[in-house]
Parts: sequence; structure tokens; C-alpha cells
Amino acid sequence: MRLFGQRLSVAATIGLVIIVVNILAAVLAPVVAPYGEADIIGDVWDAPETSQTVFGLDNLGRDMFSRLLYGARTTITIALITTLLSFTIGCVFGFAAAVAGGWLDMLLSRIVDALMAIPTLIFALLVLSVLGTSIPVLIGTIAVLDSTRVFRLSRAVAMNIVPLEYVEAARLRGEGLAWVMRREVLPNALPPLIAEFGLRFCFTFLFIAALSFLGLGIQPPFADWGGMVRDNAQAISFGGIAPLIPAAAIAILTIGVNLVVDWILSIHAARRA
Amino acid sequence: MPQDGPEAMEQNIILTIRDLQILARIEGQQDAAKPIVDGVSLELRRGEVLGLIGESGAGKSTIGLAALGYTRPGCVISGGSIVFDGVDLARLPVEEIRKFRGSRVAYIAQSAAASFNPARKLYDQVGEAPVRHGLMSWSEAKARSTELFRELDLPNPDTFGERYPHEVSGGQLQRAMAAMAMSCRPEILVLDEPTTALDVTTQIEVLASLKKLIREHHTAGLYITHDLAVVAQIADRIMVLRHGKMVEEGPAGDILHRPQQEYTRMLVSVRAAETSAPLPPPRHRAAGTPVLALDHVSASYRSLVKVINDVSLTIARGETVAVVGESGSGKSTLARVICGLLPPESGTIAFTGEPLPKALRQRSRDQLRRIQMVYQMPDVALNPRQTIGEILGRPVSFYFGSSGSDVRARVKELLEMVDLPADFAKRRPGELSGGQKQRVSIARAIAAKPELMICDEVTSALDPLVADGILKLLQQIQDEMGLSYLFITHDLGVVRRVSDRVAVMLRGALVAEGPLAKVFSPPYHPYTELLLSSVPEMRLDWLEEVLARRAEIPRVAALSA
Repeated sequence: MRLFGQRLSVAATIGLVIIVVNILAAVLAPVVAPYGEADIIGDVWDAPETSQTVFGLDNLGRDMFSRLLYGARTTITIALITTLLSFTIGCVFGFAAAVAGGWLDMLLSRIVDALMAIPTLIFALLVLSVLGTSIPVLIGTIAVLDSTRVFRLSRAVAMNIVPLEYVEAARLRGEGLAWVMRREVLPNALPPLIAEFGLRFCFTFLFIAALSFLGLGIQPPFADWGGMVRDNAQAISFGGIAPLIPAAAIAILTIGVNLVVDWILSIHAARRA
Repeated sequence: MPQDGPEAMEQNIILTIRDLQILARIEGQQDAAKPIVDGVSLELRRGEVLGLIGESGAGKSTIGLAALGYTRPGCVISGGSIVFDGVDLARLPVEEIRKFRGSRVAYIAQSAAASFNPARKLYDQVGEAPVRHGLMSWSEAKARSTELFRELDLPNPDTFGERYPHEVSGGQLQRAMAAMAMSCRPEILVLDEPTTALDVTTQIEVLASLKKLIREHHTAGLYITHDLAVVAQIADRIMVLRHGKMVEEGPAGDILHRPQQEYTRMLVSVRAAETSAPLPPPRHRAAGTPVLALDHVSASYRSLVKVINDVSLTIARGETVAVVGESGSGKSTLARVICGLLPPESGTIAFTGEPLPKALRQRSRDQLRRIQMVYQMPDVALNPRQTIGEILGRPVSFYFGSSGSDVRARVKELLEMVDLPADFAKRRPGELSGGQKQRVSIARAIAAKPELMICDEVTSALDPLVADGILKLLQQIQDEMGLSYLFITHDLGVVRRVSDRVAVMLRGALVAEGPLAKVFSPPYHPYTELLLSSVPEMRLDWLEEVLARRAEIPRVAALSA
């Protein structure tokens, strides 16, 4: 099988199938789901056999399978937007700091140092409790916090590219900061950034789950995978499998994303050689 | 013992390589492999030095490493034998070979700086091999190191080993590496371009020390280099290689003076032209306002280290001025000052009579266009993620506002000017050879229709024949476009060939400046004389002659310190 003119490996195919299934689940949730997101249809933590459902019922007697589908919508959308946003912010400032250097680099790097010095969770708590917990605020907060790490990575990667002579040639030509960043630095900085993207994307669900635990994440009755793990965590004590199902969904998507990322990186490596 | 019988000769042979085949795996293709050494055979006797000469990709380093029973990752010995003292290294397991490496066969690499651990003293590193091989105790190894430092003419041999690698000069470190290789008294020494990274004045010292060391210890040597004149000073026999195959082999004098093969003849004539070609007659210097005029320019890094000291220089229209000097002389910094990357502290730069703003940012787009730069390393001068078409098209659209088909037509024209096929526009730099990449760099510079082109060591990363083509191309472009060149180089052969005027730089200042014929003929400035006399010539006894002459005139030698 081929994609964008490149041969797909077995691992990449598996990864791609996982991602496609997850996206379909998210898009088709209202059509496929047997019950509504918030419908209580039976007893707490009813097993699949007794409740006549695929994965059983959750801590409030709602259908796990339906919530998993609706959860895919919120989780994947928020994680994707957050990661893209954090990479945009991080890369723009990181590249600018590396290319321009001097006072701009100093200023940006110290701001990032200051942000990173504050524990992420406490900072997020502060912002969310002041601004209120809406999804845009949630996305913005996590994106800004995550972008500090992207900033450091992209700045470090760009620092190795900026002294190269093709960048100097562009500067001597009189090119502006934006061109140098976009055309000379970005294409050569992509491989490590793509690898980081795969990781950051998955960390985002976990962070949302942590916020949900504190009641500042996705608000009920909306489902998200991280929140579902936390809500049903106690079922483990009673021998229930309820929390393992959303946890498995997170794990599978994480693996799927990383398999595809590995494949993209291998193409880059082969092109470079 | 001139009457050695055949038996004695046989016993003297320490290394025999027969029909050596080494394959390199090709990335991404599982069964495909290309031969990098193809059926090479050689014999090495005790006390004899065999020079392996060839351009990059000739397989000379691979053969040198094979003598240690080693192949680079991704390479495999697929045929032939490497018999060292009766043992075939090609068939021996790695653990067995390890007993030979370092103790009986030793290696000297091109870059000593990359081969020493910066965190450990020289004694620890030079003495490590004999101790590890169980040949000596630490105190014996230390005594042995001191003895070797003395033989290699290193300063203060008794305490030299107490220093760290960064505390000694490049030439001294290269000699310390020779001491490291000799510490176990090996029977074969593989020398892989040991003087290539050094300045000419340092190269002489290292070459003399290596030669003395090999002769005194009666060590057999494989001397790998691309420079025929260097190898002629040290080798008894020379083997010429190309594309992994032997071209010809013979006594050093025969290869130099009576080469049999066309390829060897080409190598010999290109190299001989560097030192012995008559100086070209001076061309008429265009009158009128010079293209570039530096007036008492001084520059420093962070106001601390003065790197350019009161330099005045003019370049007339259509003229080629060469700035020569050794590493650290400030010649490349001078290029950065002219480009605006390092604004000068004092002095003025005038371009076609008008003052040029000091910093890059203050210069207008048109001022930037008129000065273009070509770099030393074509690998990093071109963005690997852009196609050649994009690389060449950008200056066209940036400076002249062209778009679409105009740009494509101009790119085609530019590729034609540098003798590259038009379909190269679709390729990326990774798919080009070093010489082709350098041609693209030149095309990118002329795309701006400049009046001054700064060429910073443009040929020093290239093989002699390829470099020759690049120099011819530059001259052809100069004739067509009438532009001026500023050549920054350490290679006096290049200076001799291309320049109208020469400026000799030493520690940031110009020590001699004038027409080529004047600067390069007596009476010389003493430093110019030192530089000129340090370039190896294509004569077998050149090294001894120079050393003898230097011993008589210590004044000149003192300048290099």
C-alpha cells in the first residue's frame, strides 16, 4: 500500500487504521451510538451481559460504549487543536528567538523560564478558576503551557540550523525574519518536531484528565476519555473493567499516532541519506 | 643488504592484500550493494611506505582501514584476503583482530582534535594502548610516551604529556596522535590524510616528524592522501586508485615523472601546475572608481579580540584579488566585514565610490544584490529541503521581481551558464555531487547579477580535478559578466592561477599587497616567502631541501611560531 507516494509499512498501516477508526468514531458518534451521551439506562457498573450493552454501564448507569464514542469527539478534537496551537506558538517564538538572537532571544527565553517555573497544574488551576472552565479557555491554557516545551525544543533545533551557510546566504540576500524561519529553518527542523508532536498530542489527553479530576476539565455530562477513567476508577475495587475501557482507548490511539509518526520520520531519514 | 634473495624478500613482506572486494550496502535497498573497493592487491614490506592516492570515493581510506581488519558500518569485505604476518584478517573474528589493532597495526586519522578525549591528559591517552594490550606498565608507557614526544620534536617533551588536548596547537596534537599510534611499536602504521587539515607551514613540520619516526623505527606505512606532492616526500612506492580500482602502481619517482596512465598524468599535471606554472602576465587594470575600497578598516569580536587590523584594499572592476593567509589570520573575517555580518569598528568601506553602510540591516536590497558570496562547503551552503529550481529562483524573484515562467527561464539559463543540465532544477542538493553543488552555489550568486563576488575557499573541499573545473568556470563567468572577485584562500596554487593581485594576511593585518607577479617573486616579504616555500612541490627530495634551507635561515622559520 502507498500513501503520498511512499510505501506504507505494516506498522504504519496499523497506526493509520487506528487513527481512521478513531476519527470515524468521533464523526459518526450520534449515528452509531446506541444511547445518548447522558442517558442513564440501568444500574451502576452493570456488566455487559446483564445490561445488554457492548462495554457495560458506568458509575451513573450510562452506556460505556456510547460515552466512548462521544468521548472520542471531545478528546480528539481538543487534543488536536491544543497540540496544533501549542506547536504554532512554540515554533514561531522558538524559531524567532534562534534566528533573531540578541535581546529578543533573551526576552522570550526568560518569559518561558518563568512560565516553566510555575507548576503546570497549579497554573492551569489558577487560570481556569479565574476565567471559568469553558472549552476555549481550556484549550488556550493547555496550549500556552505546552508551548513552553515546544519553544525550548524548536529553539534548540533551530540553533543548530541558523549557523549553517544556507541560512547566512538567505540573510545576506536580505531576506526577512519570516522567510528565514518558514523557508530555511522550518523544513530542516521538522523531523524532531514531528516526533515531539506525537508525544505531546497524547500527553494532552492525560492533562485534561488530570484537570477533570479537579473538576476543571470537561464539564459533565460531556464525556472525555481521561474523565471516564477517573469517574470509574473505583470500579476496579469491585472487579469491574469499566475504567480499563477508556484507558485502553487512550493507549491504542497513542500507539496508533506514534506508529504513523515513526513512519513519517523514517521517510525523512531516508530522504536525508 | 642489496643482495637480498627471493626468500629474504618474501620474509620482509608484512602485509599482503589480494583481490580485496569491499561492498557498501545501499540505504533502502535490501540486496543492492555497490563495490567501493574492487579487486585491489598490494604488498607491503617492513620499513617501506606505500602511498595510496586518489580522489574522494577512490576507496583509499577503506583500504587503509581494511589493513586494520576494519570496515565502516554498512560495509562488508566480500572477497579477497588481508594477510598480516601469516594471518588473514578478513576471516578473523573481531575479538582476535582486536589484539592486532593498536598494538601491531596502528592508525593516524586526519583530525587529531576529534580523536583525542578533551577531558584527559595526553599521557593517559598516548600510553593507554600499550597498557591495555598488556605490553607495558603505566610508568613504562609514560617513559615511552616522553621518548616519542622527544623523537617527534615536540616542545618540552618531559612535561608535554601533562597537558590537555586543547592546550597544544593543531600540529602538535597531530604529532601527539602519531606518538599514540607508535606507542606499541606497531609493525604497520596507517596514516589517513594526517596533514590535510593543517596549514602549509605546520604541515611541513608534521611531515618531517612523521618521516623521521617511520624511518627510525623501520615501520611499514600506508600513507593515504589526495596530495601527490605530499605523498612523494614520504612514500617509497605510490598506488593510484580510482573508483575502488587500482589505476597504476610504481616507485614514487616513476609515478611523479613517468606516469603511464592517462588518469595519473592528469593528476600529476594539475598538481604540478599549482607550484610550478609560470605566473600569468598581469592583465590591464581597469581605470576609474574601484568596485570595492576598504580604507583603514579594523574589526573585532565583542570589542575584545581585534581580528582585522587597519586593512586597506581596493578591487578594480573585472579584477580578481586574492587574500591569502593561514587559519586564524582573519581572512574569512574580512569577508564577513565586507558583507556586513561583522560591522567594522573603524575605517570605511566604499562600493563603486559610494560609502557602504557598515551593518547588513542598513544596506539596501540593491546594495546587497551587488555583493554576492560563494562558500567553502557546498553541502551546507544549499538548503537540503529546497529544489535547485527554488534555490536559484529565489534571488531572481527577490531582486528582480520576476515571477512564474520568467523565473523558470532564468533558472534554466543560470544552470546552462554553470554547465549543468536543465532538469537539475527539479533535484535537491542531496542528489548532486560536491562539484555540482558548488556550481549551483555559483549560479545562485550570479543570479543576482552582482558586481563583486566573494569566493571563500570555494575549491578547498573539492577534489583537484573538480576544483580545476570550478576555477575554469569562474574565469569564464568573469570574462562574460566582467565582475570582480575577492578570493579568500589558503591555497597558493589557486592564487597563482586566478588572481591579478594578492594580499597576504597575518594576524589580522596585511603584510604584503600588490600585483601577483610582484608579491610572488623576489624580493619577498619574509612571511610570503615562508608560505610559498612551504607548499609541497612535486620533487622527491623537496622536503629535505626545504628543511636544510630553513636550518640555515632560522629567521624565516621563527615567523611560523
